[in-house]
Amino acid sequence: MIQMNDRTAGLSDIISAAASVKRSLQIVGGASKLFYGREPAGELLAVGNHTGITAYDPTELVVTVRAGTRLSDLAEVLRHERQMLPFEPPLFGSLTTIGGTVACGLSGPSRPYRGAVRDFVLGVGLLNGRGERLRFGGQVIKNVAGYDVSRLITGAMGTLGVILDVSIRVHPLPETEKTLYYELTEQQALKKMNEVSGRPLPLTGACYYQGVLSLRLSGSVEGVSAAVDVLGGSQASDGDAIWATLRDHSHPYFVSDKPLWRLSVPSVAGSLDLAGETFVEWGGALRWLQSELSPDLIRASVEALGGHATLFRGGDRSGSVFHPNARALHELNVRLKRTFDPDGILNPGRLYPDI
Amino acid sequence: MKVGNATSNKGQSPRFFRALRDILPADGLLVSDEERRPYECDGLTGYRELPLAVAMPDQLDQVEQILSLCNTQGVPVIARGAGTGLSGGATPRRDALLLSMARFSRIIDVDPVGRTARVEPGVRNLAISEAAAPYGLYYAPDPSSQIACTIGGNVAENSGGVHCLKYGLTVHNILRLDVVLIDGEKITVGSEALDSPGYDLLALMTGSEGMLGVVTAITVRLLPIPVSAKTVLAGFDDVEKAADSVAKLIAAGVIPAGLEMMDNPAIRAAEDFSEAGYPRDAAAILICEVDGTEAEVDRQIELTRSVFEIEGATEIQVSATEQERQRFWSGRKNAFPAVGRISPDYYCIDGTIPRQQLGRVLAGITELSSTYGLRVANVFHAGDGNLHPLILYDGAQPGEFERTEALGGKILELCIEVGGTITGEHGVGLEKLDQMCVQFKPSELEHFHGVKAAFDPRGLLNPGKAVPTLARCAEFNAMHVHDGRIPFPDIDRF
Repeated sequence: MIQMNDRTAGLSDIISAAASVKRSLQIVGGASKLFYGREPAGELLAVGNHTGITAYDPTELVVTVRAGTRLSDLAEVLRHERQMLPFEPPLFGSLTTIGGTVACGLSGPSRPYRGAVRDFVLGVGLLNGRGERLRFGGQVIKNVAGYDVSRLITGAMGTLGVILDVSIRVHPLPETEKTLYYELTEQQALKKMNEVSGRPLPLTGACYYQGVLSLRLSGSVEGVSAAVDVLGGSQASDGDAIWATLRDHSHPYFVSDKPLWRLSVPSVAGSLDLAGETFVEWGGALRWLQSELSPDLIRASVEALGGHATLFRGGDRSGSVFHPNARALHELNVRLKRTFDPDGILNPGRLYPDI
Repeated sequence: MKVGNATSNKGQSPRFFRALRDILPADGLLVSDEERRPYECDGLTGYRELPLAVAMPDQLDQVEQILSLCNTQGVPVIARGAGTGLSGGATPRRDALLLSMARFSRIIDVDPVGRTARVEPGVRNLAISEAAAPYGLYYAPDPSSQIACTIGGNVAENSGGVHCLKYGLTVHNILRLDVVLIDGEKITVGSEALDSPGYDLLALMTGSEGMLGVVTAITVRLLPIPVSAKTVLAGFDDVEKAADSVAKLIAAGVIPAGLEMMDNPAIRAAEDFSEAGYPRDAAAILICEVDGTEAEVDRQIELTRSVFEIEGATEIQVSATEQERQRFWSGRKNAFPAVGRISPDYYCIDGTIPRQQLGRVLAGITELSSTYGLRVANVFHAGDGNLHPLILYDGAQPGEFERTEALGGKILELCIEVGGTITGEHGVGLEKLDQMCVQFKPSELEHFHGVKAAFDPRGLLNPGKAVPTLARCAEFNAMHVHDGRIPFPDIDRF
């Protein structure tokens, strides 16, 4: 049972008081992603008790939920109606909230096939850096009234406003899922991932680690079994377990003392010439790398491939965690920040030093 | 009709025109009345104005120089694609340079392995799918104007199409935009990877109606063409039953590739025009398409048919051949011209509503229709709640266009009242500025102006469109109070 608890007024008061004296606030939901982004700073602003599902009609395929609601609780409510969040967000611990998920903009293994969190965010309610309550977007799938601020907020690491609630498009749960395995070299696997992604098959996951390519198929029993016939490969006994461990970083690969890099690249990019252990997902478009190499070296290699590198976990969090943008683009980011948070008090420095 | 006075282009100094001529190819600047005339309006033909001049660059550096020149001189610029937009997003102003991107019409590259295409903004929507077809791929968003509309305009409006419930809008199907800002500076938003660092400016720019920058190249995602597609056509004796069927279908876990509803006036007009085989006496029809692998499609068709049967459809047909599938769609796809044949003029409204509110909204529209003395036919993207009431009017009758606009405004306000929005896919443009005042609070509009100013501090790109000034809203809302009431001033519009 999810508590209905509206903390809007209290949160608004705290923000406007902080703004009046330019005191920084550090927004925290379930505190499961404190490791992510540049070093957090400022007084804690707890959003985790602003909870509840305020609207959910399964036949509309939309749920509106307060930011502090736990992801696991929301997933349970959706599962009861045989629905789900299509972007497969990570649960870095049981306290993970939907607000933090949207603010960090993190999507799981199904991202290349079903879409990213920003693709499913339809509307947001938020408090800006002065504590003013604002609403953008809506509860309907098609909506082009005004600039798409809901998607701008998604992945902004809380630097543009405190998310109060989000309306999210949901999907029906697939009837069945099957995972196929292939023993291949990385080069062969990358080739196959791209090839398979270009075929009309119900593919919802493709990852590669230590010589094994895994493909996930989701859909109706008939559709998945027809696709299995087309693709061949082997089916292992632990079935689909790999996808949740990849999503939540509970897979043994992620247990390491080395800095963990998240490299987002075009899926057609070949094997990376960077020292360190890699885990490939998103059909080749996301490469995890554990490496002590210098950030500059990693960034330069990834940039040359048309991608960008995030220092996801560990390493030096006082420097550039997110890939620096070109000057003109960065200036636009700075000006947008000023529009929503003129005093610069919301999660300052979490995304970039001057944002 | 709102028609500006015929103007000469004397608003600017000869030096400005000389500078433009130096930048553009010999045939790239249109200044005479005859040359400018074809550009006096976009698809919202009730608003016409001759532009200051029409610039038709064919190289990137020309776009940079034009914008930089306009920025220095303080001359407004309005970018235009094919001009098929329905909300007046490309309506010219006599003091503004019209920047036609029509000559940026190259498909730069199709990457069948990476499943992307890099195209210039003047490429027609359908041409992308045609170029991708040899590789078994296509570009999913298919606005009804896809034969003519360009991808640049699609980006500006975040266009959808009949398949967007399953495959998304433009924003879900593009990866990267190359943009020139008003000061002539080039930026790239997005990338060939699936995300980018910093704020999601790719999403912000999509649907921004030419207010933030000029798009000069687009990387789109291509999807594999589904192996199979079948369509169910079902008739109902009651609109509510049809709406309930849609809800039940979604609850059964079916995500149709397309799901359209038409009411009786629309059915009759379409059937007279296209002979698609629609039941003429039905209160509503549903056209439901599913696609995927053969096995997937057969299973979903079976589910769809049984849901419609249980919900009391009076007639159900399943397409047996590709030809029959096309025939089922022909009536819907030609619904607008069909309505055009039964009335001298029609005006297409573009509200979106939570689907469960359909009955209430249709009843409201019927009531408004009789109040204003204007007929309305309804076509509805039932899957995603996007309602297109077509108001039938005669522009030759004095005052009828104004009455039509007023009725359209009321319908949009009704959409807001039930938790919907004033535009699902056509954009705000000039057309819906007043309704923006109803949908958004002044503080929200101020943030939109702030976003605009972050990109275009002097407000030179497409001025006066998309976001109303606070002064305009103050005036509009004051008039609304005189009307009787502000509809639900404090309602949560979620």
